[in-house]
Amino acid sequence: MKSRVEIPFYNFEYHRFMKQSDLLVFNSKGIYCPKAKVYLDPWRPVNQAIITHGHSDHARFGHKSYLTHHSNIPILKHRLGEIPVQGVAWNEPFQVNGVTFSLHPAGHIIGSSQVRVEYKGEVWVFTGDYKDEDDGVAVPYEPIKCQTMITECTFGIPAFKWKPQVQVFEEINKWWLGNKEEGKTSVLFGYSLGKAQRILKYLDPSIGKIFTHGAIENMTEVLRTQIQLPPTNLITRETKGKDIQGGIVVAPPSAHGSPWMRKLVPYETGTCSGWMAFRGARRRRSTDKGFVISDHCDWQGLLKSIKSSGAERVICTHGYTDIFSKYLREIGYDASVENTNYEGEVDESSNSIHQEVS
Amino acid sequence: MKKFAELIEELDATTKTNRKVAALAAYFERASESDKIWTIAVLSHRRPPRPVNTTLLRQYAAELAEIPLWLFEDSYHIVGDLAEAIALVIPNNEMKSQKSLAGILEELILLKPKSEEEKKNYVQEMWLQLDYYSRFVFTKLLTGGFRIGISQKLMTKALSQVTEVPEDELAYRLMGNWSPATTSFEELIFGRNEQAYVSKPYPFYLAYALESELYELGEVSEWSAEHKWDGIRGQLICRKSELFIWTRGDELVSDKYPEMLELVDFLPDGTVLDGEILPFIDGEIGTFNDLQTRIGRKIVSKSLLEKVPVVFRTYDLLEINGLDIREQNYLQRRYKLESMLQSISHPVLQLSERMQFNSWSEVSIERGLAREKRSEGLMLKRNDSPYRVGRKKGDWWKWKTDPLTIDAVLTYAMRGHGRRTNLFTDYTFGLWETNSDGKQELVTFAKAYSGLTDKEFAQVDAIIKKTTLERFGPVRSVEPTLVFELAFEGITFSNRHKSGVAVRFPRIVRWRKDKSIVDANTLEDLKALIPK
Repeated sequence: MKSRVEIPFYNFEYHRFMKQSDLLVFNSKGIYCPKAKVYLDPWRPVNQAIITHGHSDHARFGHKSYLTHHSNIPILKHRLGEIPVQGVAWNEPFQVNGVTFSLHPAGHIIGSSQVRVEYKGEVWVFTGDYKDEDDGVAVPYEPIKCQTMITECTFGIPAFKWKPQVQVFEEINKWWLGNKEEGKTSVLFGYSLGKAQRILKYLDPSIGKIFTHGAIENMTEVLRTQIQLPPTNLITRETKGKDIQGGIVVAPPSAHGSPWMRKLVPYETGTCSGWMAFRGARRRRSTDKGFVISDHCDWQGLLKSIKSSGAERVICTHGYTDIFSKYLREIGYDASVENTNYEGEVDESSNSIHQEVS
Repeated sequence: MKKFAELIEELDATTKTNRKVAALAAYFERASESDKIWTIAVLSHRRPPRPVNTTLLRQYAAELAEIPLWLFEDSYHIVGDLAEAIALVIPNNEMKSQKSLAGILEELILLKPKSEEEKKNYVQEMWLQLDYYSRFVFTKLLTGGFRIGISQKLMTKALSQVTEVPEDELAYRLMGNWSPATTSFEELIFGRNEQAYVSKPYPFYLAYALESELYELGEVSEWSAEHKWDGIRGQLICRKSELFIWTRGDELVSDKYPEMLELVDFLPDGTVLDGEILPFIDGEIGTFNDLQTRIGRKIVSKSLLEKVPVVFRTYDLLEINGLDIREQNYLQRRYKLESMLQSISHPVLQLSERMQFNSWSEVSIERGLAREKRSEGLMLKRNDSPYRVGRKKGDWWKWKTDPLTIDAVLTYAMRGHGRRTNLFTDYTFGLWETNSDGKQELVTFAKAYSGLTDKEFAQVDAIIKKTTLERFGPVRSVEPTLVFELAFEGITFSNRHKSGVAVRFPRIVRWRKDKSIVDANTLEDLKALIPK
């Protein structure tokens, strides 16, 4: 596990401590609603946790009870085992100690939600991770009206602007076809939960056979009841290198450079991540090809989402928080930064390795 | 432009040399004559002078992207490359421009003298006309330094495949004083241009660092040794009663060293010498720092000429009486060189001594004298070797003295560039000194950004992010916790640095995880290393 260092305070002049009366506060365990005694995506074990989605920095082990959207339950059980979890539907309000909660689609990955919290007419929204592009896999993001929005800003600088995914998948399929014509195997890296299924959904099976790494296959198997995906072939000890040749292999980023890759020679590698927008990030990862595709909002996506929420106060959790909140203040929002243990889309080469749980 | 941008994208998308050469060759097959010559020029660092300074470019970009300047600056520091940052923030991804590479570069030449208003209109209009990658390449052309992992060697190889002119000959043709605005592709590759020929240097033969044990080189009698002087490698050319000085960076610097110009009356016509430009003060070789004061100056003042005079210390002869003798062996060339210099007596022209030893241990002892003799170590040259083109293994080796080292504390960090974008990889280091209050404090003395593995950089990066004290734009001060062993080549007193010393080519040798910050060295320890 990654070691966590508690940062007791910020010395940034704009950092503003949250008020006791706030509906949601940030403490050492997570985002907390004192009135309801409920945590949102806590990073330490708590009694009652509402979980936005299944990525390991948001859905952690050890809480006494979990509440999440129905479609996220199979993911949580796959990753965390038999846990006490209750499912709710989107847009379906429920009360906890007089506070009204509801979940709304966040468009990040399958089963990902935003959490709306209302008490005496005051409305807060915690976005979790989200994107405003409809990827055809996750239920699309819906802007929710609120006064205070707690948002991620993983890609919160104007250097990030995503192309429509149709174009990127066209590039990916073209790349696969080109490699195949040269007698090479295409190896495509993406997170096992979310990115991998999004890739699988748009690969063109008429080009060739689709193979998977174990981590991807297991997660995909869990999600097949919820989405239509092309058939995949798990690479096992028995799989012959010759059979893979010319096909495409979907693998988690951690497989890059591992001995597991040996069987795939000759291959070309591609990585699917928002970070691939940077030439430096691509070279550092020494991937042949970078495909800029992310399950987070780009700069404009973040700004648009905040605007359509109607929020006046914005709290930035993870990503380029300092820069993004400074800009928000300049354009008139009451914006601040709170430290959390969320990681957003990890640039694997720059920091600790994202935990791949399979 | 589109074709050129696609070429750069293709080169950028692979780390494999063969693929790069193939992409270049395919491009040269298809490109127009004018695009070809400009491509060669750009890839051999002959772009037009920068028409707009980067401060203005940043303003234009921020304005066009409709973001405040500070936000552009912050984004740029994260992206790590100005052209890339500009290409990313400007919102257009449609290719509307039909202009050719040559056309654009010719426009850039005309742009330089124009008004600021005209420059802004032109640049912003171009940015909006280009798709993302073309915009990146276009901006690279504007900002200079077109470093994209294409060496001149790779380009020469590709050109050779296409033109069937041998690589060595092409390397020679591409050197020197030609301009893409006045030279055609035909002339450059196949023609014979008398005027250009007069000043043309030969490609330098470059040595690799010795990687084996001495005795593995064979018999010591087959080898000569010279001291490796710490100046600027250069070629001194005397043809048609004109003198030219070229540096290894393919830069013509004749005007910067006027003391050498009178050599034209001493050297026979048709002479090319290989050697080192060295500062020579009061009969002694100066430091590289001394030479620094001469390098940047376009116009050399009389007082500077007196303060830091230079000499040309020669060690090889490449052309004699207009005849290229690079194919002759090292000893033959040296004999001719030595006899030529016997008949010339001029204080600015010195001979670098050739030494022959009876055993490898004697060679090793000589290397021990390097610091005393003000050299960086030894050059080992095989007696029967021709003068080759470029960096080749086998006949010439450099065997530098072991670097000086010191343990220092990391105090500041900055994000890296290029492949280290978004990672804190550029570090500032301090050594202990007792301040006026009698307390120990860390005094900054060097910056270094090489020497760690990617994995170590990632670990250090994570620690920096957790121990940040303050942020100053892209720089962070960190709580001192990390100790590194630094190596450097030379050290001199300096009143330009707060620490009072300047170190040359500092780099990280290893991360001393075994040491705590109190174990790091003091500034006094460092000063004790300065040669008396």
